[in-house]
Amino acid sequence: MVIYFDNSATTQVSEKAAAKALEVMRQNYGNPSSLYSLGLAAEKIVQDAREKAALAIGAQAEEIYFTGCGTESNNWAFKGLAEANRKGKKNHLVITAIEHPAILQTAKALENHGYQVSVVMPQKDGRMKASDLLAKVKEETLLVSCMHVNNETGVIQPIAEIGCALAALSHKVYFHVDAVQSFAKLPIDVKKNKIDFLSASGHKIHAPKGIGLLYVKKGVRILPLLNGGGQEKGMRSGTENVPGIAAFGVAIAEALAQRKIRMQGMQAVCEALCTGLQKEQIEFYSNSQMDENGVPYILNLSFPGAPAEVLLHYLEQDGICVSAGSACSSRKDIFSHVLQAMDLPKERLASSLRFSFSGSNTVEEAQIVAKSLAKAVREIRGLRMK
Amino acid sequence: MYQLLLLRYGELGLKGKNKNIFIHKLQKNIENALRDLPPRKVVSTWGRIMVPLQDDMESVIERLQKVFGIYSMSPVLQVEKSLTGLQQGALTILKEVLPHGGTFKVETRRADKNFPMLSPDISLQVANYLFDQIDDRYDADLHHPQKTIHLEIRDEGAYVYGDTIAGAKGMPVGTGSKAVVLLSGGIDSPVAFWYGLKRGVDITAVHFHSFPFTSERAKEKVVDLCKEMAKWHCHAVKLYTVHFTEIQKEIRALCPENYGITIMRRMMFRIAQKIAQKEEALAIYTGESVGQVASQTLESMYCIGEVTDMPVLRPLVGMDKEEIMEIAHKIGTYDISIRPYEDCCTIFLPTFPKIRPKREEARDMEKALPIEQLIEEALAKTEVLFIQEDKRVY
Repeated sequence: MVIYFDNSATTQVSEKAAAKALEVMRQNYGNPSSLYSLGLAAEKIVQDAREKAALAIGAQAEEIYFTGCGTESNNWAFKGLAEANRKGKKNHLVITAIEHPAILQTAKALENHGYQVSVVMPQKDGRMKASDLLAKVKEETLLVSCMHVNNETGVIQPIAEIGCALAALSHKVYFHVDAVQSFAKLPIDVKKNKIDFLSASGHKIHAPKGIGLLYVKKGVRILPLLNGGGQEKGMRSGTENVPGIAAFGVAIAEALAQRKIRMQGMQAVCEALCTGLQKEQIEFYSNSQMDENGVPYILNLSFPGAPAEVLLHYLEQDGICVSAGSACSSRKDIFSHVLQAMDLPKERLASSLRFSFSGSNTVEEAQIVAKSLAKAVREIRGLRMK
Repeated sequence: MYQLLLLRYGELGLKGKNKNIFIHKLQKNIENALRDLPPRKVVSTWGRIMVPLQDDMESVIERLQKVFGIYSMSPVLQVEKSLTGLQQGALTILKEVLPHGGTFKVETRRADKNFPMLSPDISLQVANYLFDQIDDRYDADLHHPQKTIHLEIRDEGAYVYGDTIAGAKGMPVGTGSKAVVLLSGGIDSPVAFWYGLKRGVDITAVHFHSFPFTSERAKEKVVDLCKEMAKWHCHAVKLYTVHFTEIQKEIRALCPENYGITIMRRMMFRIAQKIAQKEEALAIYTGESVGQVASQTLESMYCIGEVTDMPVLRPLVGMDKEEIMEIAHKIGTYDISIRPYEDCCTIFLPTFPKIRPKREEARDMEKALPIEQLIEEALAKTEVLFIQEDKRVY
């Protein structure tokens, strides 16, 4: 039996989403660009999914563009906006130190093209302070980017506050949100929060891999990354991934319909894991926020004295899948950039595990994991401390 | 355009009575190295080996450059057995090997004594023909030519060639008995493996893994290294993966920390010797180089080597890390070796390893360990894999 507590890495495709993808591949396999009815059917499927995606974030369907993945969406928002503003004088970006590599590396790539990048540190609890970001904004700032939910800690970032403050400025500063870990899980309103770009990905919400989206606010001009046959209104050429898009649409609808019940379930699992570990009386620390500033589906814990990767493989022996915040290496320490930005002590960096849940995880699973984990931690610490 | 590949086996020529055995082995290894290509008959003749080409020269050369025992190779053009045939063939070859001009000479070997001209005359007539056909970017140089155009006239036909490609040299794998190599997944041990194969030794790999303290990917890495080595081996590589976790834990629990590595290496050598005996192997290869790390001082080697009476061969013993890395690049293992999955967990690495361990002390400390029992248990959980190179599809 496998206990899958790594749902922030990827998720199992839901039965309905998989069935939809199969149906599209076998029956409605037309190219949306084709003029006959098989093509039209495919186009309708894409349009239907677009509407569902728009609904999830309070956008209009025409503001949703399907992409290949979250990374592409992030790249496109940054590079497409930079390209569209090549003639302008704005050459400054503000990002946070806890972004996903898809943002960090994209910003770095733009640095090589003459952009200045301000990287803002989080507070010790892993939460960004909106005023810290705003303090970096200047006349030349083109774009501010802040993720909604951190993928390693689950800490919720103040995107509404940032978006509204940026909108109140006298000059236009665009706002991008990487919502890969929150899309269709937390309520998002791109209008209220004054968001210009938002990235999301299918495979984090039980759709297949290979499908993502970028919301681009109507009226905001960016250039495409991919030129070609003019799909997605010329903004993202390449034949649409119709099965992926259709399944994404189904997964979004399911997520929205079950949002509350899934959230309650994951909350219970998260609490059961913590309670279980406390019962076992092993020393551990939480690197997540257990209150309204954190999501219940990502829990980051440290077990000082037990290297994260060894713990991970111990759990693997019991069929439990989790992520490690560091790699085991004798040559150098490879620690999570997020936890490092939070200024955690080395022992906590070296021993952090991320548990991430889905609606189908159970309290029983959490109890099994707590037991297995406690046993592993004790054994490994025993080897160390003799 | 070439119909044949001519292979020379330099060192083999010296082996007297055993020569036939060596050539036979080399021929088998060549056939094996080419087994994923269309079948062909590899012939040994006139002290050389001829491989027919089927419009696949690049693929054949790529494989044969990894066959030990081949000194060099030349692509050969088969021509009509007449002066005209030789002249036209020589021109084709000259333009191929010196497309932008340069210095050359013509050399003839006439094995078919029925051919109506003498060798020097043939060379002269062909050279004269060439000079009529080429411009002044070409010149003759009898002492230090850039290329030599070889003409060979044999009973079965006439041949022309002008290029020589270096082979892997060394001895055909399988002519040098058997040995085991301790293969960790790092940069050094695959190079030691390669040096063993280079001298014709049939090598079996032994890897120690300690899941869950190391990742499955560390084992995957070793499998991939063996795939690379299989190309040089011309056969599937036999890999023993020894389950070493319990031994690591016991050493940690029962022996002083600073001797952890010394005793761990002693256990590895004991197990390697057992496997070697089973395999009828006669030596243990390692990637050690003097002074590289704590376990590779002479004192450590002296202390660790005590547990086996087999020769422990260390082909890298006098090399610097840079030299080793250069060879690792050349033989295709470097990029695999640097993947970030370690074969030994930091937990088992002492803060201050003993740099000058003593045999008596190690022996004393090992008294706490149930050595024979641990070895037996580890061997019982040992897996044996036969690793082929990935099937290459063309």
